[in-house]
Amino acid sequence: MAFPHRLDAPELPDFSMLKRLARDQLIYLLEQLPGKKDLFIEADLMSPLDRIANVSILKQHEVDKLYKVENKPAISSSEQLCFLVRPRIKNMRYVASLVNADKSAGRTRKYKVIFSPQKFHACEMVLEEEGVYGDVSCDEWAFSLLPLDVDLLSMELPEFFRDYFLEGDQRWINTVVQALHLLSTLYGPFPNCYGIGRCAKMSYELWRTLEEEEDCETKGRRPEVGHIFLLDRDVDFVTALCSQVVYEGLVDDTFRIKCGSVDFGPEVTSSDRSLKVLLNAEDKVFHEIRNEHFSNVFGFLSQKARNLQAQYDRRRGMDIKQMKNFVSQELKGLKQEHRLLSVHIGACESIMKKKTKQDFQELIKTEHALLEGFNIRESTSYIEEHIDRQVSPIESLRLMCLLSITENGLIPKDYRSLKTQYLQSYGPEHLLTFSNLRRAGLLTEQAPGDTLTAVESKVSKLVTDKAAGKITDAFSSLAKRSNFRAISKKLNLIPRVDGEYDLKVPRDMAYVFSGAYVPLSCRIIEQVLERRSWQGLDEVLRLLNCSELAFTDMAKDDKASSECLRLVFVVFLGGCTFSEISALRFLGREKGFRFIFLTTAVTNSARLMEAMSEVKA
Amino acid sequence: MDCYTANWNPLGDSAFYRKYELYSMDWDLKEELRDCLVAAAPYGGPIALLRNPWRKEKPASVRPVLEIYSASGLPLASLLWKSGPVVSLGWSAEEELLCIQEDGVVLVYGLHGDFRRHFSLGNDVFQNRILDTQIFHTEFGSGVAILTGAHRFILSVNISELKLRRMPEVPGLQSVPSCWTTLCQDRAAHILLAVGPDLYLLDQSACSPVTPSGLAPGVSSFLQMAVSFTYRHLALFTDTGYIWMGTASLKEKLCEFNCNIRAPPKQMVWCSRPRSKERAVVVAWERRLMVVGDAPESIQYKQLTIQVLLDRLVLRRLYPLAIQICEYLRLPEVQGVSRILAHWACYKVQQKDVSDEDVARAINQKLGDTPGVSYSDIAARAYGCGRTELAIKLLEYEPRSGEQVPLLLKMKRSKLALSKAIESGDTDLVFTVLLHLKNELNRGDFFMTLRNQPMALSLYRQFCKHQELETLKDLYNQDDNHQELGSFHIRASYAAEERIEGRVAALQTAADAFYKAKNEFAAKATEDQMRLLRLQRRLEDELGGRFLDLSLHDTVTTLILGGHNKRAEQLARDFRIPDKRLWWLKLTALADLEDWEELEKFSKSKKSPIGYLPFVEICMKQHNKYEAKKYASRVGPEHKVKALLLVGDVAQAADVAIEHRNEAELSLVLSHCTGATDGATADKIQRARAQAQKK
Repeated sequence: MAFPHRLDAPELPDFSMLKRLARDQLIYLLEQLPGKKDLFIEADLMSPLDRIANVSILKQHEVDKLYKVENKPAISSSEQLCFLVRPRIKNMRYVASLVNADKSAGRTRKYKVIFSPQKFHACEMVLEEEGVYGDVSCDEWAFSLLPLDVDLLSMELPEFFRDYFLEGDQRWINTVVQALHLLSTLYGPFPNCYGIGRCAKMSYELWRTLEEEEDCETKGRRPEVGHIFLLDRDVDFVTALCSQVVYEGLVDDTFRIKCGSVDFGPEVTSSDRSLKVLLNAEDKVFHEIRNEHFSNVFGFLSQKARNLQAQYDRRRGMDIKQMKNFVSQELKGLKQEHRLLSVHIGACESIMKKKTKQDFQELIKTEHALLEGFNIRESTSYIEEHIDRQVSPIESLRLMCLLSITENGLIPKDYRSLKTQYLQSYGPEHLLTFSNLRRAGLLTEQAPGDTLTAVESKVSKLVTDKAAGKITDAFSSLAKRSNFRAISKKLNLIPRVDGEYDLKVPRDMAYVFSGAYVPLSCRIIEQVLERRSWQGLDEVLRLLNCSELAFTDMAKDDKASSECLRLVFVVFLGGCTFSEISALRFLGREKGFRFIFLTTAVTNSARLMEAMSEVKA
Repeated sequence: MDCYTANWNPLGDSAFYRKYELYSMDWDLKEELRDCLVAAAPYGGPIALLRNPWRKEKPASVRPVLEIYSASGLPLASLLWKSGPVVSLGWSAEEELLCIQEDGVVLVYGLHGDFRRHFSLGNDVFQNRILDTQIFHTEFGSGVAILTGAHRFILSVNISELKLRRMPEVPGLQSVPSCWTTLCQDRAAHILLAVGPDLYLLDQSACSPVTPSGLAPGVSSFLQMAVSFTYRHLALFTDTGYIWMGTASLKEKLCEFNCNIRAPPKQMVWCSRPRSKERAVVVAWERRLMVVGDAPESIQYKQLTIQVLLDRLVLRRLYPLAIQICEYLRLPEVQGVSRILAHWACYKVQQKDVSDEDVARAINQKLGDTPGVSYSDIAARAYGCGRTELAIKLLEYEPRSGEQVPLLLKMKRSKLALSKAIESGDTDLVFTVLLHLKNELNRGDFFMTLRNQPMALSLYRQFCKHQELETLKDLYNQDDNHQELGSFHIRASYAAEERIEGRVAALQTAADAFYKAKNEFAAKATEDQMRLLRLQRRLEDELGGRFLDLSLHDTVTTLILGGHNKRAEQLARDFRIPDKRLWWLKLTALADLEDWEELEKFSKSKKSPIGYLPFVEICMKQHNKYEAKKYASRVGPEHKVKALLLVGDVAQAADVAIEHRNEAELSLVLSHCTGATDGATADKIQRARAQAQKK
């Protein structure tokens, strides 16, 4: 199992440098506030910070106590307070309330706000409005690329998705551009660039401008990575909405992987404690099963357990000398493997308990039916029942969206009745959720008849025009016809079934969805890399409403080695799923590429839906 | 050629000197030179000359003339002085000519006589007038020291960021001191002055008497003092013809000399030969020159850097020469040619007789897109000369849209600035412009501007959502965006309002907005919510417990769980809860209550719209196989096998599957056959399969 990389698979660049850079910069910033200080950290930054600098490093630089930024008054007695936060307005109000409380108590201390990854003018303005701008010093910790694994970099900006794709707020684009710039400074220029999506195009253009301004830095450097591909999440919502069935994706869906690690609860550890496990290539057991379809994993793990037992059993026939050797050389490794095995077997059992029940099978069946476009009525009833039974607000919503996107919108009757049912089951506040989903093009109503379609095609033409920005929200959801069925046909996303799909020996990327569906995003990347351009994909681009939003840019003087031309950076703007990562890793093995993933955050269907949901304040 | 040494004269015992004219000055002056105000810039810079300065004895009709010459005597500028009486001329380190008027107004000219700006030395100086001034240079810029008519010293260390500092009073100073000078050390300037036999050092806080180390006795007055270029050394000339030379701190004497000339010298300055460590003081009288030497010096003059040299050439408008030097020295473009060209362009925009188009074109032709040239800087200069249109034309050549923004804002072209900021993709810049616009325009215009710029609108909305909710509402109102207004009020009904009445009112406003937006669905849903809220409130009052903010489904469930079946039924009717949902809901609630009797009654109330498999499932979930079996028999044929398997009746499941001749069902049953108990059943299925295959 776990296909070995082809012998000549290209080496990945060393991304640990990014961690060192981030750590050094943070230490520098902490040193700017000499002496003992208390550090207030925003909850969202805790896990990323932990991957960069642990508590003892912070202590070394005179951080005394650590607090979480929350809506409670601080009880710190330190003379110096340092805040490590995302540039959010609510954080500014928190800082301001603290400073103002000190002021009215006649207390003076030093305050420093470190924004990560950058500060925004609006934040400083709020500090000014609250009358504390002069009391606080502001700094930036330009930490925007966290290497979660040897081939996965995350910006850890889950809010990118909602801010850009729902609110139309472009504030993070600059952060993306800076991150890309940092990559090309450290790892050389990228000779071949491709991209699709409005955000991808804009980021790319701004990045180019920045590089031209500072051209001395990367000019003449040998490229380390031959290709870079930028992709907007809204080019392919379908893949992100599907239930994941490869192991890593399933673990994410079930337990939520946070910043590369997961908390396995007592149901997994079969003790009364939960266990935090780092999930990456260093975990040898995990490394072998992460990209596997779940149906293979348990068998693999039990085989592995038997082998392990056999190795332990060898002790029986040993003499003292052999035993000594065994204990000093092998035992530790075996024990380590033993520990990892039991963790993953525990996780598997827990997943099986939840997912191998009838319900999950039915759910997957419905998803496949939606992807393939048959039995729509049956699927709709299934979704309705799902809502009626209050199975899960997020899951119900996900299914509705999947139905909408694959069908180019819901027919008006279903659109109304499903929404009514949903509001009755999960609460009327979700009226706002529906408004969000409509705006993002995730849950829409089918336009009746052809008359409107004519208008739509006009609108979509306008939208793809340069003046696109001028189209107001009201039109944009109309324009975002998903055309999934036609795209699926064009790109052959539903593999023809001749006999059983052998999930043990996958033949294409569809294996990540049990052989039912090739992830659209990954297929697009495959097609463009094959052609080294968008040539011949005009119709697909038109169907994706991206005719004007796809680009190719090849460097003329080709200094690129053949080695580096087999490395591909894939940038997901708005998040990517573990299923997509697994699919592309598979594609890489098949075609002799290696993919490196850069994402604004690792996402899954639940996170996407939560980002769109409105919850009562 | 007869005698090479003919024009050499002896100087002392061992030295000779000769005198020859290095440059001939282009001025027509002889004796009158002594009446002119003259100032020579350091480093061989230009020489400024004010002819006919104010003399009380002269008629006012003769206007003074300001002339500027290069160090080699070429005339650079000449202009008639029309302003007030000038007391002093001096050059700043940037080669700007400072003309200090008696009333404390300082006029600043370029070396071509172009007027740059003016500033005042403050009210104090204006009222008391100026008695004496000194312009001095430090590495931080050029400063000016003033002695006012009230015998007070006022100082500014750097005139480009003018901060006036009033020095403490000197006790008993009633007239101009016999001599004084400015001493600079570590960014701070002090004044050393002589009053009779005493020397005083004035710093910011105090006036303290000082005595030079090892000063010869018998001095009753200091006639002249000179500080070296680097402010390290000081020379004093006394009425006894005695010269003291030492450190500027006065703490160390380097050398002393008695020249026996008691007349006050006209001038005394420090000098040194280039790269020589020997330092000397030159003292000049009417007809006599004396060099007092030997003060070994450990420092050297800082050479003019190449950058400063280029700056000086640029100032003299010798652009081609400057460019040639850059090319010869192979300076990087950004430091060299580009910078010179940019300077040239800045000069070009000042040519008022050339049209905007021509200037813009000429500049673009020469500069193209030379790296390091900032069109926005050139545009800023054009704007500074009052040429707004030219500035806008030049900005068009600026490739970085972000760079155009600050100047556009300054020129009050805020809307254009907004477009450019948006183009730059820098949201902070957009936000800055928005704040400008917000202050500049009235609310209506501001909103209209936003309306045409969706990107800026989104950004501003996001800000308002967190910081200015009322503005957000106004924005939607302005746009007649009823859909978003509705959402806004719904959100408000959760966040802002606590009382039911307030929440219902907010929802009513929302519903009205939705009707206006022709979103009937949302309007109806909102009205339903209002009804539900009121009802929940009533339920809480009548029954106790928590109902508020539950979903409709949960409200009915809560009623059933509390045994209020009638109320539940009523609610279901009122809100037209579909049958299917009601069955699921009741089934779940009754199973939770483990009210099996009621469940059975319910199941028989009419034919189940959701079938009977869910009954089996839910009973099994509550581990009640007995009840489950009751329903298994009622499950329709398509789910029969499933139901039987659920209740663990493998044998009967097999029988049904065999009867159905359904392969999928057969294998499902088979997969449930475990161990010895189901061995017979498994065999039975295998036989049935074999038989089926035979057929």
